[in-house]
Amino acid sequence: MGMLLGGGLFASALSFFYPVLRYLVPPRLTDMGGDTVVAGKVGELRPNSGKIFRFGSRPGLLMLGSDGQYRALSATCTHLSCTVQYRGDLRQVWCACHNGMYDLAGRNLSGPPPRPLEQYDVHVRGDEIIVSRRREA
Amino acid sequence: MAPLARVRNWLDERFGWDELLAPLRHKTVPIHRYSYWYFLGGITLFLFGVQVCTGILLLLYYRPSANEAFESVQYLMTQVKFGWLVRSVHSWAANLMILTAFLHMFSVVFLRAYRKPRELTWVSGMLLLFLAMGFGFSGYLLPWNTLAFFATKVGTDIAGQVPFVGHRTMIFLRGGEEVTGATLSRFFGFHVAVLPGLTTLLVGVHLLLIQRFGISVPARIEPEWRELPQEKREMRFFPSFLLRELMAWYIALGVLGALAAFSPWGLGTKADPFAPAPAGIKPEWYFLFMFQTLKLIPAKLGLLDGEVVGILTFSLAGLIWLLVPFLDGTKRTQRLVTGAAMFVVAYMGMMTAYGYVAK
Ligand code: FES
Repeated sequence: MGMLLGGGLFASALSFFYPVLRYLVPPRLTDMGGDTVVAGKVGELRPNSGKIFRFGSRPGLLMLGSDGQYRALSATCTHLSCTVQYRGDLRQVWCACHNGMYDLAGRNLSGPPPRPLEQYDVHVRGDEIIVSRRREA
Repeated sequence: MAPLARVRNWLDERFGWDELLAPLRHKTVPIHRYSYWYFLGGITLFLFGVQVCTGILLLLYYRPSANEAFESVQYLMTQVKFGWLVRSVHSWAANLMILTAFLHMFSVVFLRAYRKPRELTWVSGMLLLFLAMGFGFSGYLLPWNTLAFFATKVGTDIAGQVPFVGHRTMIFLRGGEEVTGATLSRFFGFHVAVLPGLTTLLVGVHLLLIQRFGISVPARIEPEWRELPQEKREMRFFPSFLLRELMAWYIALGVLGALAAFSPWGLGTKADPFAPAPAGIKPEWYFLFMFQTLKLIPAKLGLLDGEVVGILTFSLAGLIWLLVPFLDGTKRTQRLVTGAAMFVVAYMGMMTAYGYVAK
C-alpha cells in the first residue's frame, strides 16, 4: 500500500517536473547561415585591416593582409568567447578581453586562449568575398 | 482613548497583538567594543528595500528586449523626470548592498558569530550573498550595453567551462548557444521574479533564525563576561537598538543619495554582437578578483585547461566557506579559519586592486 502510494506520488511528481525541465532548455536553432556566406565586397578593406562579418549566428573575422591576401577566421575567442579583432600595428589578431594573441592563421600565440581559432576558406568571386567553412577532411 | 490606542486595542483583541510583539520587547543587544558591527546586516536589509522600491520604479519604463532595452534605459535617463536619479540610486544601492553584505559576512567570521547554534543562520546568510551576486550579474546585462554584453558573454562562458554540467548550465543561462535577446529575457526574469522571490523567502528565514537565537556575543567577549559578570551590558532591541539602527539607515540613505546624485551611473554604448570586444572589459568589482585570477592562470596547467582549474578552485573554496561553522570546532581549526579568512580578505583586496589598474 505504502509503496503504491509512494510510487504514485513519485510518478506524478515526475510528470510535473519533466515538462518543466524540458521547457527550461531552449530549442536548438537550426543555423540558417549554412556553410558559406558573403563576407564583404572587394575594395571594402584596405590592406592590413580587418572586419567582422556575420557567419550564421556567430561573428567571423575577415582580414586583408599587406600581402594582398584575404584570410578568414572564426572571431569567437577560444578563451571565453569575446569577439577578436585585427590589429594592424601588430599584424596579429587580438582579443581585448584578456589580451589574447593569435597569428593570421588563427594559431594562439600568447595570453590565455587555449586553442587556435577555426580557419575558414576565402574565395573571391566577382567582387564578392565568399567565406566558407572547411569541410572535415 | 486616543485613536491610535483604539486601533491598537482593536487589533490586540483579534490577533493577540501584544503577545506577538512580546519577543521583540524581550530581545536585547549586547553592548561591547565590537557592537557597531551589528549594524551592517540591518543596513544591507535596508538597501535591499531600496532596491525593491527603485526596481519597481524602473520597471515602469524598462523594456526587456535586445532591440528596445538600451533605448528604453536611455529614454528613462534623458526624458523621464528624475529617471537618471532612480537608475543611479538603483545601481549605487546594488553596489553598496553587496559591499555591506561582504562586510557583514567578514564581521561574522572574525567575531565567530556563526558558532553553535547559529550554523544555519550563517548558511542562510551565505546563500543570500550568492543571491545578491546573482542579482548583480543579471542586472548588469539589462541595459544591454557593450560592456555588459561582453561581461555576460565571459561570465556565462566561465559557467560553461565547469566539467559535465557546465555546457547545459550555459545553455540554460543564455537561452541558447550565444548571448542574445533570449539571454536578456531570461536574465530579466531572474532579476525581477525568481531572485526577488527567493531572496524574500531567505531573508525571512535569516531574520527568523536571528530572532530565535538572539544576537551573538563575540567569541572574544564571551569569556570576559563570564569572568566579570558585572561587565556585561545589554541594550533593549526595541526601541533602543532599533532607533540607532534607523539612524544608521538614515546615514546610509544620505551616502546613497550623495553618490547617486554626484556620481550618476553612466550607460555606455549599445551592445553590438557583431563588433569586436572593446579593451577594458571588466565585470563589476565584486567579481573582479575572480576575473583577474582567471586572467593570470596560464592557458594550460598540466593536462587541464587553466580556466577549469581556476573555476573548480573557486567553487570548492565557496563550498568550504559555506560550511565554515561546521569546520570550526577545536582551537586549532579556529585559528585555521581565522587565518584563512585573513588570507581571503587580503587576496580579494589585492586582486581587486590589481584588476583595477591592470589593462
Ligand atoms: S576571451 Fe579572449 S582572451 Fe579571454
